[in-house]
Amino acid sequence: MTAELGAFALALALALSLAQVGLGAVGRWRADPALQSAAVGAAVGASLAIAVSFAALTVAYVTSDFSVANVVANSHTDKPLAYKIAGVWGNHEGSLLLWCFTLTSFGAAIGLFGGGLPVGLRTVALACQGALGALFLAFALFTSNPFERVSPAPFEGRSLNPLLQDPALVLHPPFLYVGYVGFSVVFSLAVAALVEGRVDAAWARWVRPWTLFAWSMLTIGITLGSFWAYYELGWGGWWFWDPVENASFMPWLIGTALLHSAIVTEKRGALQAWTVFLSIAAFSFSMLGAFLVRSGVLTSVHAFAVDPERGMVLLAILGVTAGAAFGLFAWRVPALKGGGLFAPVSRESALVLNNIFLTAATATVLLGTLYPLIIEAVNGRPISVGPPYFNLTFNPLMAAACLILPLGPLLAWKRADAAGAVQRLWLAALIALGAAALSLLVLSPRSAIGAVGAALSLWLIVGSLVELAERVKLGRAPLAEVRRRLGGLPRGAWGTTLAHAGLGVFIMGAAIETTAKAESAATLQLGGALTVAAYRVELQDVTAVDGPNYLAERAVLRVTKNGDEICRAQPERRFFPAGGQTTTEVALCGYGLDDLYLVLGERAAGADGGPAWRVRAYWNPLAKLIFIGPAIMALGGLISLSDRRLRIGAPAGRRTQRSLRPAPA
Amino acid sequence: MIRAALAVCAALLLGAAAPEPSERLPDPAAEDRARDLFKEIRCVVCQNESIDDSEAALAQDLRRLVREQVGAGRSDGEVRAYLVDRYGEFILLRPTFSPANWLLWAVPFLIVLAGVGGLWLSRRGRAGAAEVLTAEEEARLQRVVAEVRGAPAQSSQASGTGTPR
Repeated sequence: MTAELGAFALALALALSLAQVGLGAVGRWRADPALQSAAVGAAVGASLAIAVSFAALTVAYVTSDFSVANVVANSHTDKPLAYKIAGVWGNHEGSLLLWCFTLTSFGAAIGLFGGGLPVGLRTVALACQGALGALFLAFALFTSNPFERVSPAPFEGRSLNPLLQDPALVLHPPFLYVGYVGFSVVFSLAVAALVEGRVDAAWARWVRPWTLFAWSMLTIGITLGSFWAYYELGWGGWWFWDPVENASFMPWLIGTALLHSAIVTEKRGALQAWTVFLSIAAFSFSMLGAFLVRSGVLTSVHAFAVDPERGMVLLAILGVTAGAAFGLFAWRVPALKGGGLFAPVSRESALVLNNIFLTAATATVLLGTLYPLIIEAVNGRPISVGPPYFNLTFNPLMAAACLILPLGPLLAWKRADAAGAVQRLWLAALIALGAAALSLLVLSPRSAIGAVGAALSLWLIVGSLVELAERVKLGRAPLAEVRRRLGGLPRGAWGTTLAHAGLGVFIMGAAIETTAKAESAATLQLGGALTVAAYRVELQDVTAVDGPNYLAERAVLRVTKNGDEICRAQPERRFFPAGGQTTTEVALCGYGLDDLYLVLGERAAGADGGPAWRVRAYWNPLAKLIFIGPAIMALGGLISLSDRRLRIGAPAGRRTQRSLRPAPA
Repeated sequence: MIRAALAVCAALLLGAAAPEPSERLPDPAAEDRARDLFKEIRCVVCQNESIDDSEAALAQDLRRLVREQVGAGRSDGEVRAYLVDRYGEFILLRPTFSPANWLLWAVPFLIVLAGVGGLWLSRRGRAGAAEVLTAEEEARLQRVVAEVRGAPAQSSQASGTGTPR
C-alpha cells in the first residue's frame, strides 16, 4: 500500500509542478496576484507531495518490503537500520527521487522565502523551477519509477554494495544533491532576470546566498566522498580524476567562479552578463554530471550505470533546458546595460582574473573527461586521459589563480594601488618562500611540486590573515580599537578569510601527502613487524569477528615510534555473504595531523607453514589537512551566508520598485 | 554514491600492491623511475586505475614488464613506446602530444589567453568612452553644478537620477 501511495504522490507532484509552470506563466503574463500566489501554493504542494513519496520509499526500505523491486535490488534484512535508510538513495531510482525532492523543495523555498524579490521576477523563477521539476519528475515517473512491484516477492533482498555501507556514504549523497540542485535556484533566477530584462545589484544580492548555500553543501558532499574513498578503497588515494568525480567537481568550480563574479555585479554593477551566464552554466553542469553518472557513456563501471536509453532522455532534458536558457541569454543579453568601469589594477580585475582561471580550469576538467569519447568517435582509437594530464594542466591554472588570490581582497574597488597591496603581503611572501626552501631541504629535491604546494599554501593562509589584520588595523591602532573592529567585522569578511585560508590548508595537505608519503608491505606472522617511516608496526593478534551482516578477520596492530606506543590499530577484512564480496576496513591511526594508514590483507602461508597475513602500512604526512581544509572552506561559506546583509535581503538598490522589509531587531 | 564508480573495481582489487617488496628492483634509482612510470600506465582491465594502484593480475604483470624494461636500461620513452605497441594508446594515462591531442593540451591555456585578451579589448573599447563625457552628460553635469551653486528651487528636474542615498 505504501508503494502505491508513493507512486501516487510522485504523479501528484508532477501534476502540481506542471500547474506551477502554468500558473506562474499566466500569472506573470496577466500580472494577476491571485494566480501568482497560486503558483507559490503549487510549488509548496509539489514539494510536500514528493516528500510523501520519498517517505513512502523510506518506509519500504526500513520494513524490507521485498514486493518492491527497488528494495529487492538494494536492501537486505540483515543490514543495520542506517544502511537500510541509506539504501534509498544508494541506487539510480531512489537517488533520482532525492534529486526531485531537492529540486521541488528549492522551488517551494523560492516561493516561501522570496518575499523580498520583485513579484514578477519571483513568479517567472517559480515557473522555471517548476519546469525543471516537471521534466525530472516525468523522467522519474515514466522511466525510473522506484515503486514498481515484483511478483512473487522474493524472500530476501540482494543487499547494497558493501563498499557503500559506510557512515560517510550515508551523508555524502544528500549533501551532494543539495549542492547540485541548489544551483537550480540560481538557474531559475537567471532565466527570470533575462525574461524580466533586469539584472542589477539587487538581483545579484539574491543570487549570492543561494550560490553560497549550494556551494557550501557541494563542498561538504565532495569532501565526504573523497574521505570515503581515502579510507574505504584501501590504498589511501583521495582523488582519482575519475569521470564521476569530475562530474561533481565541474559544478563546484563554476559555482566558485559565480560566487566571485556575483560580488562584482552586486557591489559594482559590472559583469552582469557574465554572472547570468555562470548562473545558467552552474546548473547545466549539475545536469551534465547527472547525465555522465547515470548514462554509462564513460568508462566507469558504475553502480548507477543504467541503460543508454534512459541516458538519452537525460541528455535530452539537459539539451532542452540548458539550450533554452542559453538561447534566451543570447537573445536578451544585448539589452543588459554595461556596468561600472574599472582600472586594470582593481579588485574587479582581480576577480575577473579569478574567473578566467576558474573557467579555464572547468573547461580543462570537461575536456579531459569528454576527450576520450570525442577522439574515439573521430578516429576510432581509444585513448586515456588520466591524472598526469590534470596535474600538467589543471594544477598550473589553479596555481596561477592562487598566486593572485591574496592580492584581490587587498585591492580597492575601481582603481587600486598594486604596489601597496604587494607591500602589505611581504610577510606572506617571505613565509611562503621560506616554506618552499624548507620543504626542498627536508623532503628530497625530487619533490619540487611539494615545495611549490607548501609555498602556495602559506601564501594563501598568511595572505588571508594579513588581510584580516589590515581590516582591524592590527599593529596600527590601539588594542581596544582593534578589538572593537574585530567585533564589528561583517560575517562575510570572516567567511572570505576562512574560505581562502581553508584552500591554503587543503593545498598544504595535498602537496605534502602526495610528495612525502611512505609505504611498506610485508607478510607478517603473529609477533612479526614492519617499519614505515619512523614507525614500527607489530602484528599482535588476529581474531574472527561476527558482524551484523558480515564475517570479518580483525587484526591488532601495535604502532610504536622510538619504542613509545602510539596506538593499537584494528584493521579488518570483511566478507559479506549477501553479495559474496570482501572489503577492507582500514585502520587510521592519527599522529597529530599525519595518518598511519593500516590495511589487513589476505591470509598467506608463513615461512614455517604457520598462518601469516599481508599487512600494508602507509605514512601519510599531513593527510588530515586534505579534509580539514575543505571543511574550513564550507564553514566559511556558511558563516558568510549568515551575514546580516544577506539575511535581511537587499537594502535599497531600487527603492522605488519594492518595499523594504523591516530589519529584524 | 558518486564514488560508486570505483566501488565495483575496488571490491575486486582491494588496494595497491606496488610496494610489494618481492617485486622491487635492486637499484633504488631505477625503482623510483619504474614507480613514476607506474603512475602513468593504466591497468587496462580496471576502471581508471594506474598499475601503481591496482592489485589485479594484469597490473602485476605490467609492473613486472616495466621493471624488466627499466632494469634493462630502457628510457621512459622507450618503455612507453613498447607498451603502446602492445596495448595501444589507451594504456597511457598521460595522453601523448600527438596532433590528435593538440586541442586537448592547448585549450586550457588558450582559454586563459582568450579571457585576458577579451578583457584587454573590452577595456580598450570602453576606456575611451569613459574619459569623454557625451554632450548630454555634459549638459546634465552643468545643470547639477548650477543647482548646487545656488538654485535649490530647480532641483526637482535632477532628482532621481543620481542623488546619493
